[in-house]
Amino acid sequence: MKKKESAEILSQEEISKDIYSLVLKVSFAKDVKAGQFVSLFERDASHLMPRPISVCETDPEKGTIRLVYRVVGQGTDAFSKMKAHHHVDVLGPLGNGFPIEKMAGKRVLLMGGGIGIPPVLSCAEAFQRLPEHEQPSEVTFAVGYRTNDMYLYEDLQKQAPVVVSTDDGSFGTHGTVIDAVRANKIRADVIFACGPRPMLRGIKNFAEDREMECYISMEEHMACGVGVCLGCITKTVDVDDHSRVKNARVCKDGPIFNAEEVDLT
Amino acid sequence: MSGKEPNLAVNVAGVTFKNPVFTSSGTFGFGEEYSEFIDLTRLGAITGKGITMEPVYGNPTPRVTEVPSGMLNCIGLQGPGVEYFCRHDLPFMREQGCGVIVNVWGRTDEEYLETIDRLSDEEGIDILEVNISCPNVKSGGLAVGTDPKRIEEITRACRDHAKQPIMMKLTPNVTSISDAAKAAEAGGADAISLINSLTGMKIDVEKQAFVLSNKTGGMSGPAIRPLAVRMVYQAAQAVRIPIVGMGGIMTASDALEFILAGATAVSVGFANFVNPYAAIEIIDGIRDYLVRHDIDDINELIGAVK
Repeated sequence: MKKKESAEILSQEEISKDIYSLVLKVSFAKDVKAGQFVSLFERDASHLMPRPISVCETDPEKGTIRLVYRVVGQGTDAFSKMKAHHHVDVLGPLGNGFPIEKMAGKRVLLMGGGIGIPPVLSCAEAFQRLPEHEQPSEVTFAVGYRTNDMYLYEDLQKQAPVVVSTDDGSFGTHGTVIDAVRANKIRADVIFACGPRPMLRGIKNFAEDREMECYISMEEHMACGVGVCLGCITKTVDVDDHSRVKNARVCKDGPIFNAEEVDLT
Repeated sequence: MSGKEPNLAVNVAGVTFKNPVFTSSGTFGFGEEYSEFIDLTRLGAITGKGITMEPVYGNPTPRVTEVPSGMLNCIGLQGPGVEYFCRHDLPFMREQGCGVIVNVWGRTDEEYLETIDRLSDEEGIDILEVNISCPNVKSGGLAVGTDPKRIEEITRACRDHAKQPIMMKLTPNVTSISDAAKAAEAGGADAISLINSLTGMKIDVEKQAFVLSNKTGGMSGPAIRPLAVRMVYQAAQAVRIPIVGMGGIMTASDALEFILAGATAVSVGFANFVNPYAAIEIIDGIRDYLVRHDIDDINELIGAVK
């Protein structure tokens, strides 16, 4: 059975303005699939709800997970103030994860925008842990930042070739992450993507035009994080298996969806 | 008491439940998701997500947001419709070895009754909980639940149609909970449950906009607990039928407050989101309390504080 546990913080650092990297010792590191998330909890009776945060890296041997998150509100602000040896309550792993094991021999393009970069970083790492015959033939990152303040860039480079776009043109391709893919003439069979909704919409269209498989990580306000409250739904093209409407649960049926299945209009 | 296990079993509407701790509608699905975390067999009962005749989309997102010591939701009763529920979810619920409470609602009186009719021949339903208090749908819900005359009317109609005991779920968004409770009793309710969520609102000051898609949402969580305890107490003073009390119960001590105020059983909702083991810890905590206070039977505590 899955457990909520009190996890020791091994390290925490601010790797860019308002972007934090948190390493936790957890019992379930070996079970985490790339693209899954965990719920973190504050120990403050006025802020009880879980905060879903994607896993950026896992180390099954050491039993650790790394979370890279942006401070966006009161909850993430509280987490950012926690230090090594503090404990934080964590529930996970939650959600479905990317179809890592179905990419044998394929060229995979990992696309991340802003704070959507950490989950795609975890994909490259997961590919490397597969037996050689199950690995993709090629892995490339295409990542988009606002400016040349490029958190995780070195971590990405350690895993695979990286192309970059920036909103202000201060590094790489001036424009969107799709512009960077075009400018660098990247060819791929499959896209895994995580980022803001307009980016995902663009990537879905891009993949459709080129008849590529495409999996995207969706984000929505969550409450339970486990699929019971129906707070975090996303519109789907077909009738969902849970409520028989066209609303999939981001936390349980996702957060990773085949882009063809979700309606991003 | 000398080492004997205290009795936790309670009787609600003629049905015996192994303990007085249920889960609240809309916070527990139909049980399947939480079976990854807890042994559902241990629960007094699972109350399913509200269902009606047809599948329901619910409201757009954002549907949930945090408020101090609680949350607001405007899910809007998304759900699969009674046919799919009977084929897919009810079989799961009745296999769990705990009580089964099916929550129903309708946009019109006819839809309440049709849904109840459809369920009348289904086996393994201990109680039908009739939601006349959802703050997030335009028709049905609150329009019925805030008018004692309409409460009595719909309760009577449901009672006439249902083959199972019926428990009317009352809204706190009324001036007099006693009048609402009396109306349900007069209409023939076998039990009542309260409170549903309180209508609330949150505004994003930076964006100068409503946080929730529906502008308002139902507030739940420990922030509403004192209000819920007061209402359960008032309802218990007003009626003789059993009460299932709920509203921000997080711990065994919280649950006991409701029982002392007059609830025969309690229901755990928001707490599941914070701690999937909450209901189990509450059952264990009530048992420990009884042992510590040398009380043989939980029933001795129901309404013990006058």
